[in-house]
Amino acid sequence: MNISDNSSPIAIHCESVSKNYKKIEALKNINFDVKRGEIFGIIGPDGAGKTTLFRILTTLILPDNGTATIDGFDVVASYKEIRKRVGYMPGRFSLYQDLTVEENLEFFATVFNTTIEENYELIKDIYIQIEPFKNRRAGKLSGGMKQKLALSCALIHKPSVLFLDEPTTGVDPVSRKEFWGMLQKLREQGITILVSTPYMDEASLCDRIALIQNGQFLRIDTPENIVGQFADILWAAKSDNMHKLLEDLRNDEQVKSSFAFGDSIHVTVENGQLTVDSLKKYLIERGHKNIEIQPIEPTIEDCFMELSNTQI
Amino acid sequence: MKQLFSFIRKEFHHILRDKTTVMILLLMPVIQIVLFGFALSQEVKDTKVIVLANTSDDATRRIIDRVDASEYFDVAVVAHNSNDIDAAFRDGKAKLAMVFEDHFSENLKHTGKAHIQLIADATDPNAATSFLFYASNIITNYQQDLSPTQTNSGLITPEVKMLYNPQMKSAFNFVPGVLGMIMILICAMMTSIAIVREKEMGTMEILLVSPMRPIYTILSKIAPYFVLSVINFATIMLLSVFVLKVPIAGSFISLLTVSLLYIFVALSLGLLISTLTSSQLAAMMISGMGLMIPVMLLSGMIFPIENMPVFLRFISNFVPARWYIDAVKTIMIKGLGLGDVLKDVGVLILMGTVLVTISLKKFKVRLG
Repeated sequence: MNISDNSSPIAIHCESVSKNYKKIEALKNINFDVKRGEIFGIIGPDGAGKTTLFRILTTLILPDNGTATIDGFDVVASYKEIRKRVGYMPGRFSLYQDLTVEENLEFFATVFNTTIEENYELIKDIYIQIEPFKNRRAGKLSGGMKQKLALSCALIHKPSVLFLDEPTTGVDPVSRKEFWGMLQKLREQGITILVSTPYMDEASLCDRIALIQNGQFLRIDTPENIVGQFADILWAAKSDNMHKLLEDLRNDEQVKSSFAFGDSIHVTVENGQLTVDSLKKYLIERGHKNIEIQPIEPTIEDCFMELSNTQI
Repeated sequence: MKQLFSFIRKEFHHILRDKTTVMILLLMPVIQIVLFGFALSQEVKDTKVIVLANTSDDATRRIIDRVDASEYFDVAVVAHNSNDIDAAFRDGKAKLAMVFEDHFSENLKHTGKAHIQLIADATDPNAATSFLFYASNIITNYQQDLSPTQTNSGLITPEVKMLYNPQMKSAFNFVPGVLGMIMILICAMMTSIAIVREKEMGTMEILLVSPMRPIYTILSKIAPYFVLSVINFATIMLLSVFVLKVPIAGSFISLLTVSLLYIFVALSLGLLISTLTSSQLAAMMISGMGLMIPVMLLSGMIFPIENMPVFLRFISNFVPARWYIDAVKTIMIKGLGLGDVLKDVGVLILMGTVLVTISLKKFKVRLG
């Protein structure tokens, strides 16, 4: 364990980690490294295995196979060391609802053998927003404020690695944006952040991301590269009858895939297979009216759908 | 150390802010003592009596007057036949029936022998015993007044019949029982719920991913309930000495020692339950069903252990309250010392040690 120090360039190392719950494979052969001072996002839908991965890395559960180290410390053998140096914010709001904001923060400061004063600088930007409510009980805070308090509590001991499991789930869009701003600031302080989210739009705010589905990583790269690797042509299609539109598009053999995205359907077409006009013609023949088809730039979500489609 | 104190302070915050629960916990011993001491008391007062005397004569009237005049009884109905008695019992209009044989007075005068049948509603067996005891006394007194020179008491033979519950079960000393029950309730049930709550709320996850030592978590969860138990012990002692006039016959220090030992056993039980369950409801069910019922039924608090079937008697050995109640009875009621409860003390020490060892071993440093 002599390689363990904060100056090592690798903060999280994960090698062929797998975990089964009875017969369900929650994680299958997970390999990745997170560099020091990086914001690394684990992006995937509910039930993909994000929380299981977080719990293994935070020493809460044991992996069935593989090894993982945090700051060079093994998650199984040196779990006590890891518990001293990481900050963890579970997916569910997990503070004491019947204690006030200040009491919660003070309690977690002493739990980690520190005081609010000692590390006030680190949490100042975040805590200052909830400080006016410091005598309010945590259970009575709004979702965004609860999240800020939870982050303050997870940061109060100046952790070297911060684990945030779905921190923005159930938080309003404004607070979500603010929250990501805070994470950028924390990275500047040299804190490594592993964050999971089901929101694909948050992926672009990470330095690197891993797309996860059914316990497997589909790809690990920077958000830009993942979007850049999207090789196909992407269109957004609309018509009067969206349900039938999806059905008809899926029946067209020249269309590679089509998924409902908000109020339109994203259609991927392999290069040179089909033109907008020929697709329109095909749809008019099928009785669609007010057809709109527009070429669009792929998002992370399109890439995720594409990748998960090829996996199946 | 600072961690521990801060944690304990937090626990007190949790408890004191939940005003309803804290009130219930502090008032429970008071309510139980008052209930057992007064509302559910065995004291016989103005019990309704139904009388059946087919031949109204001097002797029957005198006995009925005496019964009616006593503070224990109130002759409510005069029956005309045995159906009236059945009806009165069914409707709850009488708890005791006195049936005089025909020509009671004549028989008494001429043959020197007469019969009265006493019928008691034994749904409450302890009360029924008292009714019969008091009624027999009144009859015996009348008989002695009638012939003060005659010491032979064969004149009137009361014939006793226990209705609804022919096997009488003995009364109990409820103060030791209430002590045994309250301690289990507060220590075991509340402690297990408090620890499981952290699991259920997800805060246990954060506590685990911290340098906090598990033993601190346990100690701080236990501390407030220990304090509450000691307060309750004091309340029960004060109530029983000053309100119920049940004096502490033996040494108070011995009683306190045994009680602290019992609190320790109850706390370790709570700890064990918390390691076995992951929801507050489950913890409550286990402590409710698994602890309260044995404490009430198998500790000797209500039913004497000697009268139990062999199997239940065997099971009762594993109920800590059984040993504690026995020790309290010995010290508090019989006035004996610690030396006379060595067996109880030994069993409790053994139970506590085993329970603490198991639960500390089972206390997980990771999620289940």
